[in-house]
Amino acid sequence: MKYKLGTMAVAAMMAASPVMADLVFPSLSYRTGPYAAGGIPFADGYADYFTMLNARDGGIGGVMTKVIECETGYNTEKGVECYESTKGEGSLVYQPLSTGITYQLIPKTTADNIPMHTMGYGRTSAANGDVFSHTFNYPANYWNGASGAINYLLGENGGSLEGKKIALVYHNSAYGKEPIRTLQELSKKHGFEFKEVPVDHPGQEQKSQWLQIRRDKPDYVIMYGWGVMNQVAIQEAANIRFPMENFIGVWWSGSENDVLAAGDAANGYKALTFHGVGSDFPVFDDIKTHVTDAGNAAGAGDQIGTVLYNRGMYAAMLAAEAVKTAQEIHGVADINAAQMRDGMEALEITEEKMAALGLPNFGPSFKVSCQNHGGDGLVGVTQWDASSKTWSLISDFAPSDMDVIGPLIEEDSAAYAAENNIESNC
Amino acid sequence: MNEQLAYTIEVFANGLMAGVLYALVALGFVLIYKASGIFNYAQGVMALFAAMTLVGIQNGQVPFAHLINAIFGTDVHKFGWHVHSFLAIALTVLVMIALAWMVQRFVFRHLVGQEPIILFMATIGLAYFLEGVADLMWGSELKALNVCASEGACLPQGMNVWLEGTTYEALGYGFFIDNLDIVASIVAVILVAGLVIFAQYTKQGRAMRAVADDHQAALSVGVSLNFIWVLVWSLAGFVALVAGIMWGAKSGVQFSLSLIALKALPVLMLGGFTSIPGAIVGGLIIGVGEKLFEFLIGAPFLGGATENWFAYMLALLFLVFRPQGLFGEKIIERV
Amino acid sequence: MFYREAGDFRTTYAEDQQTFPIKFDRYRYYLVLFIAIVVVPFVVNDYWVNSLLLPFLIYAIAAIGLNILVGYCGQVSLGTGGFMAVGAYTCYKFMTGVDIWWGGELLFRLPEFNIFFSVIMGGVMTALVGVLFGLPSLRIKGFYLAVATLAAQFFLVWLFNRVSWFYNYSASGQISAPERDIFGVLLTGPSVQPWAAYLFCLFFTITCAVIARNMTRGASGRKWMAIRDMDIAAEIIGVNPLKAKLTAFMVSSFFIGISGALFFSVYLGAVEVGEAFGITKSFLVLFMIIIGGLGSIFGSFAGAAFLVLLPVALKVVGVDWFGWPTDIVAHLQLVIVGGLIIVFLIAEPHGIAQLWRVAKEKLRLWPFPH
Repeated sequence: MKYKLGTMAVAAMMAASPVMADLVFPSLSYRTGPYAAGGIPFADGYADYFTMLNARDGGIGGVMTKVIECETGYNTEKGVECYESTKGEGSLVYQPLSTGITYQLIPKTTADNIPMHTMGYGRTSAANGDVFSHTFNYPANYWNGASGAINYLLGENGGSLEGKKIALVYHNSAYGKEPIRTLQELSKKHGFEFKEVPVDHPGQEQKSQWLQIRRDKPDYVIMYGWGVMNQVAIQEAANIRFPMENFIGVWWSGSENDVLAAGDAANGYKALTFHGVGSDFPVFDDIKTHVTDAGNAAGAGDQIGTVLYNRGMYAAMLAAEAVKTAQEIHGVADINAAQMRDGMEALEITEEKMAALGLPNFGPSFKVSCQNHGGDGLVGVTQWDASSKTWSLISDFAPSDMDVIGPLIEEDSAAYAAENNIESNC
Repeated sequence: MNEQLAYTIEVFANGLMAGVLYALVALGFVLIYKASGIFNYAQGVMALFAAMTLVGIQNGQVPFAHLINAIFGTDVHKFGWHVHSFLAIALTVLVMIALAWMVQRFVFRHLVGQEPIILFMATIGLAYFLEGVADLMWGSELKALNVCASEGACLPQGMNVWLEGTTYEALGYGFFIDNLDIVASIVAVILVAGLVIFAQYTKQGRAMRAVADDHQAALSVGVSLNFIWVLVWSLAGFVALVAGIMWGAKSGVQFSLSLIALKALPVLMLGGFTSIPGAIVGGLIIGVGEKLFEFLIGAPFLGGATENWFAYMLALLFLVFRPQGLFGEKIIERV
Repeated sequence: MFYREAGDFRTTYAEDQQTFPIKFDRYRYYLVLFIAIVVVPFVVNDYWVNSLLLPFLIYAIAAIGLNILVGYCGQVSLGTGGFMAVGAYTCYKFMTGVDIWWGGELLFRLPEFNIFFSVIMGGVMTALVGVLFGLPSLRIKGFYLAVATLAAQFFLVWLFNRVSWFYNYSASGQISAPERDIFGVLLTGPSVQPWAAYLFCLFFTITCAVIARNMTRGASGRKWMAIRDMDIAAEIIGVNPLKAKLTAFMVSSFFIGISGALFFSVYLGAVEVGEAFGITKSFLVLFMIIIGGLGSIFGSFAGAAFLVLLPVALKVVGVDWFGWPTDIVAHLQLVIVGGLIIVFLIAEPHGIAQLWRVAKEKLRLWPFPH
């Protein structure tokens, strides 16, 4: 942001008519409101990767990229406004970044023939591409997360959770309730005792919940939290001396923001992830040279390597790869939204591909197909080290229990299909 | 010791502690309402603003850095120094006093004699305004807040080990109390005692009470309304700062801090808008009531997360019997 | 010059008592209606309808409803969000067929209601709930009542989040409006024509406004205003406060329920109760009527327009025209909206409606001030 507002205004006035020959990526970001702390790094990462592509490679396949940012404040109504105002600009793929806006856009994007990518959030059953033709949630979804956490605990306990007690602390909203069904099924399968502990928005005060956990003494706590709830929960867990290494958050409860406020007490806290952490990847050097040092960073430039920045960057990378796939399929460089959808459906991320992009082992390798919009659902676990203030990946990206998740996805998407008279898409 | 009883006592004690934290927020409302009849919706945002200012000063952030960079194309973020917590608190208090003066000078001076709902509306405008200014000034990312007297002597966090150990040996069950809550309670007691002494024994305090009783009479004996109102807003700003520190220490400083005002509303309602002891007692009742309800009925039978609405229901129940709150001034209606 | 009653003779009582006794006013009103009904549907596109017109119309209904309660009857309420949620969830249940369970068995299932009647049912149910939560108003007054209505707000949101019957047992608790139509014209779902959604909401808005206008100037409105101005005095002259307050709660909640139902079914299409009908919604609608003007139907529209259109306008100017960073624009938006509220209040404490009235008075004399 080193342009002056004045010159930017003039430049914007002169370029009043949008250049349609760009690959347009709308970014429905939230840099204000209750969740701003999480929204800022994601939006920065998303924008910086495309800026880097423009500066380094001259866009994707020779066509420049353009990120249109629109502020939603995590508010559904503003999200609608953002969608309506950007969809006419040739937008290729939407990243709504909020469960509420996702639900709202699933039918709309389908009707408008624009794909939507809800990476690690949104409606889980959208993994069934048969029903949700324009919604993608690769590489992992909430139910993969729940199952991944249980699988990780199984590994810790030598393959059996018999007789263990696992509590789920969750944000009492659509998002937080997502994993309950999966965990209930898994508790039947593995014989552990499952307990739900809801926390109401915003979660500034959680004494009751943590006293309850202190009394019940669960062996493990899984958390699906977001915003201020995370920081308070980690602090309260530390207060009751719950062992941090038995406390696992989903990926939205596992950024620097969530643990920094608690200081040393958060040491050992674990979180799920579907992408790499840290800034130790070649691609960040490119971002530094072409974006930060050139003064084109979307934010202050100090977020590089943080979990949410990496996630935003990863989302941008997946979008860019989908564009490349679409360009190959259709043989045109300047693709449209419908072609982008085909590209996303044929997307395949392999180890070699990621290494070539400067992101070796950054995320799981997966393959999207017409039936499967959710990828393979590989989930890794990271752990926080409070003294060095870094996250580190402590497990491989391991598969989740599709025997349990598959039928649940089938059931939920079938209900949606029946309610909306959707015929098979594949 | 019976386990269920021990749990209940523990919940009760923690409810009391939570109640003190609620009361801290409620105090700010009461101060302003009592002296000027303004229901200050912006109290929560003032707590956020104060906490953000405190952290900003501590870390030597350049105010409005983002805006300055955007306009002038510069790249400034920090002054590069760290300010001692106490000095930073003192500076923040100065900022809050300046804010109080500005609020009085530019807003409420022009609205003297308006209906309560219009004054309320003005504070809503103020809340929007302050929220925007706070974000522009210090940025909307999350900031960790830590008040330290010296290196290593910061606000304590975590379980009080001594209490747990002692009670475990004496009663067979170690009770949990958060150290931060204990500090908050002590601070709240000092704050309330200070306010009461100030109101009872100083000249300005007496003038303040006179204004609260009757504006016109106070004016006629030579009390400067303007001064008193600035004073009251400054005090409310100070209380907001204290509340901001106590809540912000746990959760970090971010937008959600302004939502603590919602926790204070049932307290106000129950204790009465015009009574300082009411805010404390109301806070304790709400804190204990909602925690006990969640423990005994909410979590086992209703699926949990009942605290938010139960606090209001409890207050509503009290109001049905005492429509002016427990300690509020009796509403006398004449035709 | 234009706006005056000279030469505008009224010879019957009916003429004298009409809503717009001045000819110019009346023609202006007809013109606005004409443009809204006949012209606008042909020129609007998705963007205008979904981001500006629908929220404006729907918030206007909610604002009219709340204005009846706060502006006319003097009972401050902060339960609007919760009441809108009642409207939305009722509408959803009736749209998808209400299922009644008894002892774990499905007793029977009502047939799916037409969207029009679902919306109406949303209003009716909300009216009932509103009366229930209006009962404390007989004891509690002023800001105490405002805070007491928050109990309704938080309880209702919790209830809809907790009881899965309300969202047909879906996994996440979101409700989504399935496709429904009237006479073959789609009104909900993604493929709705913008004009259809617009006209549907416009119909409800106009009907509500006309009903509200006529109620507030009739006997019931006078009773409400008597209660507002001084309830003891009103009681002495024979106004039954129980009846007056509860009817105010009922009518107000009916409108708010309708707006909630439209908000869910036509405007958003999918909502989650905590996010869409949270406490911020209650405050937002209250802000609208205070800015617009308490005790004025026009004020409800003006306030809704102010708070719906201004942020969008500021965003368009800041981001699209000047190309400023979105976060700075969003923050400036707050500063400007907050500042404008204060400036407005200082200039005219009784809201935009009063400004309008003053302007009309001035216009009657213009250009000859004496």
